[in-house]
Amino acid sequence: MKILIPLKRVIDYNVRVRINPDGSGVVRDGVKMSINPFDEIALEEALRIKERGEATEIIVITIGTQENQQQLRTGLAMGADRAILIETSEELEPLTIARALKVLIDREDPQLVIMGKQAIDSDNNQTGQMLAGLWNRPQATFVSELTLSEGTATAVREVDAGLEVIKVKLPAVITSDLRLNEPRYVKLPEIMKAKKKPLDTIPFSELGMTPETQFSIVSIETPPKRPKGIMVENVSELAKALQDRGLI
Amino acid sequence: MMSNILIIAEHNGKELNSSTAKCVTCAKKIHPDSIDVVVLAADSHQIATEAAALEGVSKVIRVDHPVNEYPLAATLAPQIIELANKYTHILGPSTTFGRDLMPRVAALLGVGQLSDIMGVENAYRFKRPIYAGNVIVTVEAPSDRILIATIRSASFAASEQTGNAIIEKYSINVDLPKHTSFLDLRSDSGSSRPDLQTATKVVSGGRALGSKDNFDLIYELADVIGGAVGASRAAVDSGYVGNDLQVGQTGKIIAPDLYIALGISGAIQHLTGMKDSGTIVAINKDEDAPIFEIADFGLVEDLFTAIPDLIAALEK
Ligand SMILES: Cc1cc2nc3c(=O)[nH]c(=O)nc-3n(C[C@H](O)[C@H](O)[C@H](O)COP(=O)(O)OP(=O)(O)OC[C@H]3O[C@@H](n4cnc5c(N)ncnc54)[C@H](O)[C@@H]3O)c2cc1C
Ligand SMILES: Nc1ncnc2c1ncn2[C@@H]1O[C@H](COP(=O)(O)O)[C@@H](O)[C@H]1O
Repeated sequence: MKILIPLKRVIDYNVRVRINPDGSGVVRDGVKMSINPFDEIALEEALRIKERGEATEIIVITIGTQENQQQLRTGLAMGADRAILIETSEELEPLTIARALKVLIDREDPQLVIMGKQAIDSDNNQTGQMLAGLWNRPQATFVSELTLSEGTATAVREVDAGLEVIKVKLPAVITSDLRLNEPRYVKLPEIMKAKKKPLDTIPFSELGMTPETQFSIVSIETPPKRPKGIMVENVSELAKALQDRGLI
Repeated sequence: MMSNILIIAEHNGKELNSSTAKCVTCAKKIHPDSIDVVVLAADSHQIATEAAALEGVSKVIRVDHPVNEYPLAATLAPQIIELANKYTHILGPSTTFGRDLMPRVAALLGVGQLSDIMGVENAYRFKRPIYAGNVIVTVEAPSDRILIATIRSASFAASEQTGNAIIEKYSINVDLPKHTSFLDLRSDSGSSRPDLQTATKVVSGGRALGSKDNFDLIYELADVIGGAVGASRAAVDSGYVGNDLQVGQTGKIIAPDLYIALGISGAIQHLTGMKDSGTIVAINKDEDAPIFEIADFGLVEDLFTAIPDLIAALEK
């Protein structure tokens, strides 16, 4: 069984993102880039499935510029078998990403696609659901526990009401929540070994589809700051302040 | 230009979720010609009645079918597609229900989606947060195709219950996929405490509580002020409470009148879930904790003394 792991290169989650002074976008120069944290969890889950003997090959895929090779190499060092870069310099919307991934699915014929529930830059939370729709296959989103057996997957999903358990037939799209697992650290020898693993680059234009941009950004701004608060000295001052304001 | 909006109702099989009333408020800001609400359920009678009472709703469409007992995106999406061609916009809440469902609807219609609308400029221009709410973008959508979007509940008040919309039954004739089945819903809640997403007061605890037993302090304070209980991701990961109480980028996004953060450092992923609250109170023993940057009232103190003292002071 093959597992496909789409991963996105994003600004590291520890970076405090700032807007360019000219308002053209966010500051990227010299900013640390990483694999989207949810995607790293998706890959870790695939590695564990393979280590249990339930999968044979794990392919990491990213759509973006040459710089994305860095994240693919990290994925290979974690344990993926091969990597595919679909190269484009355009910022693509989730529907186009999902369509491109569908082309790869048709070529690779995986039983599982595990991906992040959300990219922490655009916070869209769409691509997995769109891919499942285009593929006409099941989706299990926001998953915190996954078990496979005989062509089905049982997924525990983190939903607002608690934990929902669903069963889906494979092939299917799974999107990971943070509690699915804790990704492993890569060790130096693995990084060296990963340099020898295959990494193919496919120009986006070779997918036989044109990217479509539907939404345009009119302006970009920093959210309004909250007015500066008051530091109180003790609990009784705090209780009084809240009571005076009619909050309690 | 005409605009006709369809809202996908969220419910638990018995009652309408408050997120639907917030979608209606957002829809009204578009000044549309009509706002319809569709209720997909096994038996939608009660839910449809609640939806029809929401001010601004023109019509409620009841789609009753046994497969709609559980909200599975794979079976709901094709039913929504059946209704889509009469509308210029289809809106759903940006709760886990809407986030799961709406992108599948969009993909089946061959269009993109706008996630987490927090402000309406006009029928095709909206504000939404990115980078965990650190950046706000104004986005323009094309007016020549249907717009699929999710609505950030914390940004809109619930529509009043003074409406009286007509209710129509609709039966859908499409083949529904059988590849997905619901097995179980495990829920901690069902308690008598207010619901985290609708409460006007919330008391949240973080990693500092140190254990599930100690987390009882948070429940005690919440009960004294009649509030709901929330938690940081660290508290959920440590097993002090269930995931349904997590506040933040990957949990619930809430905006109560009062939010009390106890032993929470204030990571951006947590702040994005609560920074629109009316009044924010933080108690933390580290005076440099980032939570103090957004707190209206801050107190540097050990929470194991501060919480019992606060309970005593408020009970007086
Ligand atoms: C992609 C992603 C998504 C995330 N989503 C979320 C999310 O939705 N929600 C969320 O909350 N987090 C989220 N996180 C995690 C987030 O980054 C933080 O790790 C988390 O919020 C920390 O929780 P905390 O404040 O309880 O713990 P800590 O950061 O460990 O803070 C504990 C605080 O308690 C204080 N303290 C300790 N002892 C005491 C005491 N006795 N009395 C008073 N104060 C004390 C300390 O000074 C400290 O400030 C996410 C992270 C990632 C990468
Ligand atoms: N450019 C990309 N390349 C590969 N995978 C992507 C890309 N963009 C998004 N994804 C995948 O889709 C998931 C959800 O992204 P989004 O819908 O943009 O929030 C991510 O966690 C990735 O797994």
